[in-house]
Amino acid sequence: MPSDLIHEYMRIDHLPQIWCPGCGNGVIMRDVAVAIQELIDDPEYDFDRDDFVIVSGIGCSSRAAGYLDFNSIHTTHGRAIAFATGIKFANPKLNVIVLTGDGDCSAIGGNHLIHAARRNLGLTVICFNNDIYGMTGGQYSPTTPNGDKATTAPYGNVDRPFDIANLATGAGASFAARGDVFHAKETTEIIKKAILHKGFSLVDVYSICPTYYGRKNKKGDAVEMLKWQKENLIPTARYYSMSEEDRAGKKQIGILSFNDYPEYTDEYAKIIAACSKKAKK
Amino acid sequence: MSKAVLMQGNEAAVEGAIAAGMRFFAGYPITPSTEIAEQSALRLPQMGGKFIQMEDEISSIAAVLGASVAGMKAMTATSGPGFSLMQENIGYGVMAEIPCVIVDVQRAGPSTGLATSPSQGDYMQARWGTHGDHPMIALSPSSVLETYTLIIRAFNLAEKYRTPVIFLMDEIVGHMREGVELPNPNDLIINRRKMSFHDGANKECYFVPEGEYVPRMKPFGQGERYNITGLAHDISGFPVNSNEIAGKLVTRLLDKVDKNVDNIVRVEEYAMDDAETAIVCFGGTARAAMSAVLAARAEGKKVGMFRPITVWPFPEKQLLARLPQLKNILMVEHNHGQMLLEVQRVTRCEKPVHFLGRVDGTVISPNDILAKLNEMEGAHHAE
Amino acid sequence: MSNRYEMRFAGSGGQGVILASVIIAEAAVISGLNTVQSQAYGPEARGGVSKAETVLSRDKIWYSKVTLPNFLLALTQASLEKYTREMADGAIVMMDDSLTMPADLDPARVISIPILQTAKEKVGKAFTANIVAVGAINKALQLFSDKELMEGVKRHIPAGTEEINQKALAEGAALISDEQSAAFAQKIG
Repeated sequence: MPSDLIHEYMRIDHLPQIWCPGCGNGVIMRDVAVAIQELIDDPEYDFDRDDFVIVSGIGCSSRAAGYLDFNSIHTTHGRAIAFATGIKFANPKLNVIVLTGDGDCSAIGGNHLIHAARRNLGLTVICFNNDIYGMTGGQYSPTTPNGDKATTAPYGNVDRPFDIANLATGAGASFAARGDVFHAKETTEIIKKAILHKGFSLVDVYSICPTYYGRKNKKGDAVEMLKWQKENLIPTARYYSMSEEDRAGKKQIGILSFNDYPEYTDEYAKIIAACSKKAKK
Repeated sequence: MSKAVLMQGNEAAVEGAIAAGMRFFAGYPITPSTEIAEQSALRLPQMGGKFIQMEDEISSIAAVLGASVAGMKAMTATSGPGFSLMQENIGYGVMAEIPCVIVDVQRAGPSTGLATSPSQGDYMQARWGTHGDHPMIALSPSSVLETYTLIIRAFNLAEKYRTPVIFLMDEIVGHMREGVELPNPNDLIINRRKMSFHDGANKECYFVPEGEYVPRMKPFGQGERYNITGLAHDISGFPVNSNEIAGKLVTRLLDKVDKNVDNIVRVEEYAMDDAETAIVCFGGTARAAMSAVLAARAEGKKVGMFRPITVWPFPEKQLLARLPQLKNILMVEHNHGQMLLEVQRVTRCEKPVHFLGRVDGTVISPNDILAKLNEMEGAHHAE
Repeated sequence: MSNRYEMRFAGSGGQGVILASVIIAEAAVISGLNTVQSQAYGPEARGGVSKAETVLSRDKIWYSKVTLPNFLLALTQASLEKYTREMADGAIVMMDDSLTMPADLDPARVISIPILQTAKEKVGKAFTANIVAVGAINKALQLFSDKELMEGVKRHIPAGTEEINQKALAEGAALISDEQSAAFAQKIG
């Protein structure tokens, strides 16, 4: 029940949120809240609300931390993953969820993203990927497609974009996935799996920014942009049933890479145990 | 056989921090601070604590702040170039009121400078490195034993005032080895941040009672739920666009240190009772200054040493108290004149303030100081 | 600056002169002396110039650096030539005998002994040269008891290498004659 969700897990006195009409971020925030709610409510698991920590950086995406009624920390631009690393390593029982954006986690925070992926410390990183810097008014980001326009790319973007899920996979992430705003139900399931994953997990969720990216690039209104997601972002099962030809220009939604590499805090706990054993001798 | 052990300054910083309860270290290798990371990596797991080598200094301070939010006493260590990188998040720690200790083992700059050479060129950066108006506490040790005891105080102040504390070392002390007999752990005073008794959502986590300056939220994961932000915020920890609330917040942050300055400031004075010349110095420079004072006294000159141990805030009251008896002041520091500006500001140059500094990475010797004292005497007689 | 015995240890990076300086300082602490040890080095871990200093005194030591050394250990020609230029009157120089003694040194104050060769051939490991030197230094200057010195060594070597280091100390001491000991013995003030 959405209204229950809002009352139980969102800070209603801080709503409505600051995002523009048509922005996809509210949907992603709801996906995260539903995923957490379902995990807390699921008798199969033993999740405690107070063990969830939401960490965010700076940007449109990162305001989500304040709206979610958990322990929340809105940090500095690009550094959410690094703050989260300290929180999780200090207290591994906490479920630390990083809410970040394409600029926050792959430009200014790109170094932290790849090293967190490599380290495999059990964070869950949800990237609200809207292909643009929204908070500062529509500058191109590392995921803005080549040739697209932004206030700092008035003649078209010369840069080639990152695919953040693939970037994380390349950096050794043990769980990398892609979601989007249109496929909210599927994305919620992916986020649940990401939270349940023991090691580092990243979900690159394609948001929509009709205000800046959409308008600058004549992508239409929010409905048009969602329609584009519906037609071009394809859930895994269907994606695999498609021919190579049909896949052209389309992207897979789902878990893209998965490994059970040893988790960092578990490995470090072994070192502590070995040291204290030695000390006792 | 003596109970003392030979210990390096950098090593003493780790042992002192551990005695203070530090159980989390995040850092990135940089000369001349690297031994602090190495020693932490070795010692912390033995104490059930945690060490992590991060990808840079920005993430190191971020991880330290995160660990402190999760309830651990946390520290990082670096030198000039890394200290510069940490500045934004140090300001975050001030704004969000997160206790931690940042060790800066200063080396000669600017930029990459002379990586293995001593300097005290980060004195002003320690105070003003991060942007915006903010309080700052910085302590500077001058011996290996003092490194041990003073870093405990750094943690105590960080916890008490919920703010990052800069532990401003220099290469002289960091890489120096001396015989030390460490204090009995039972004799140490160890502070812990005050915490609320609140459970569940707390919409007043940054509430501070009248007459107090420091809020009392629990660490994350202990049943109290709240928001932290680096934006100007109200007592609920949520961003506000109110100039009035923002002004009140920054004023309270500044007052935390300003109104408690007597509790925070410590000075060492040597042979100051009848001194007519005060050598002002801090950190490793005090070693040469003490030798010079002893030599000058042996010649019957009324010279004393005034050493701020708390270098920020600058010990204004203590220096002003000595001003009437002084004929002049000699500021000695391994930079181009940074604490000098504080001495000039505080004394309003009512007495001549002379300066001896170094920016070439070499160490100021007692003879350099004695020569300067002679020069000052000559100038005084010529007047 | 009285009552200070200032020692300088110089060589190239990797020869272990810093460790030699640290061990002397550690033995000093064990014996109840005051000491301050410090070092300067270039960015290279191997090669380059390496210089370490140990100051000994019965009094509290303030200034931590050597001003005019009373003793110099030099293991390379470059460091020998550089650091013999500024020494206290009557300073003692210990040098490896493979080096050429600068003409202006007083031979009566120079101990030229085969430190590097002894480490390589008698101890059997070239990297023990610094410990050989420490053994020779202590025999010549008579600073610490054998027990204090060995304890100083033990605190700074990997477990399991005590035997070879003990041997290096002994071989170093054997390079110094009793006459030299009598001539160079120091009383730390």
